[in-house]
Amino acid sequence: MSDSQNDIRAYTLRLELVDEPGELLRSLHPIADNGGNLLSIFHERGNVTPRGHIPVEVDIEATPDRFEKIVDALHEADINVVQAGTERYSEALTIVLSGHVIETDLSDTLERIQASANATVTDVSLSAPEGTADTSSARLQIAAESGATGSVLEGVREVAAEKDLRLIEPLTTEGDR
Amino acid sequence: MRIAVIGAGAVGSSVVELAGEYGHDVTAFADSRSAAVDAEGLDVDAVLDRKRTDGIVGDADLEDALSGPYDVLVEATPVTLGDAEPGMTHVEAALTRDRHVVLANKGPVAERYGDVRELEADSEGRVLFEATVGGAMPVLSTIADVGADHITAVRGVLNGTVNFVLSRMAAEGLDYEHVLAEAQDLGVAETDPSFDVEGTDTALKGVILANVLSEDREYTLDDAEVDGIVDIPGSVLELAREDGRTVRLIVEVREGEVRVGPRLVPENAALAPTGTYNTVQFETEHAGQLNVSGLGAGGPETASAILADVGRLDRS
Repeated sequence: MSDSQNDIRAYTLRLELVDEPGELLRSLHPIADNGGNLLSIFHERGNVTPRGHIPVEVDIEATPDRFEKIVDALHEADINVVQAGTERYSEALTIVLSGHVIETDLSDTLERIQASANATVTDVSLSAPEGTADTSSARLQIAAESGATGSVLEGVREVAAEKDLRLIEPLTTEGDR
Repeated sequence: MRIAVIGAGAVGSSVVELAGEYGHDVTAFADSRSAAVDAEGLDVDAVLDRKRTDGIVGDADLEDALSGPYDVLVEATPVTLGDAEPGMTHVEAALTRDRHVVLANKGPVAERYGDVRELEADSEGRVLFEATVGGAMPVLSTIADVGADHITAVRGVLNGTVNFVLSRMAAEGLDYEHVLAEAQDLGVAETDPSFDVEGTDTALKGVILANVLSEDREYTLDDAEVDGIVDIPGSVLELAREDGRTVRLIVEVREGEVRVGPRLVPENAALAPTGTYNTVQFETEHAGQLNVSGLGAGGPETASAILADVGRLDRS
């Protein structure tokens, strides 16, 4: 049941940028344009390399296919890529929440899912056919650290129970073998 | 083999009708009010005809059937929760007389598994119950063949009514109430569908699987975590579909837990059968995934699993 759309992994890119205005922004375009999800940027302005470049560490999430395209695009844009690799594998979990999803403060729900474990909500789709005050449903895609899907789901169950939301869990196979 | 059939619903009647084709004689047949007993074998057509026209199967009573001439008692009365009566009394009556029992009724093996096994241990008779999980599909015999020790998890879509409702909702974009009413019109859902749509039926099957897989622990319905599909909004199925997924009511038996609930599965996954089809998926230690699919309910379908059990007893 694996499909490449779901194989989202976390990667760390180490870049060395020329110390010129706009360089940081220029380096992020190839990432966004190729479907990478930016997680964090560590811009070491005070730590210039011997060649006068500024090291930047960028954490992103992408499928392996997209990650390859991102690295190619960075090279094409003459951005100096020092290191490109997987920092940790992550597993994509898709869940659906249903009920008073909006009235129970969706952004709070999302924040708490992210806070409760090593998880990032990477996509949200909402369906509220009866208007926002009535029953609505939200599909969330969550990137969880490898091996942590069980604890991430546990956290989601807690939030859903507290807010009286119906949770449709994915079928996970973690721990089968 | 000489068979006594207790219970004259769709399943019991189908067993009576098909037994001859499988080389067995029906020597007793009983419903809750009446019974027919004949050591030489009943006139099956006459008995079924009488049930249809008069609402009774014969002039004898249940006690005559239970104490009558048979090698195998087929228990096909409706499922009851808690003490699993009167099914349990029927099981006991047969085992005390050293006769075999084949169950279609889930109650005794879901709610009183320990008692059933204890009675069996004191008897020359054996108890088989293939028909209680997944109707026509060979689920328990697959576990017996692979070996409970070599199975690490079992997941299943085990209720045709629920699966019909979820498949129709996803395919037609219709809401829950509408599809349920349609299922009732078609005879796919009962007038009172709560046993199915609340997940109880699926959970009982999961509990039976847990009992069969477990060596040292007895499970009952109280040990299962159960969530059904009542009033599931169409928007849930819609959001799932947009993402190449769908929703199925799935029972998972794993690491000593029985959980039933609606789950997201890829649309083309083995565990996303459509309509009234059922699927069971085994995770095995040495043989990867095994999937068994088929019709999980219906008179002749369930009767074929019962008669397979009778055949196993005949050969042993």
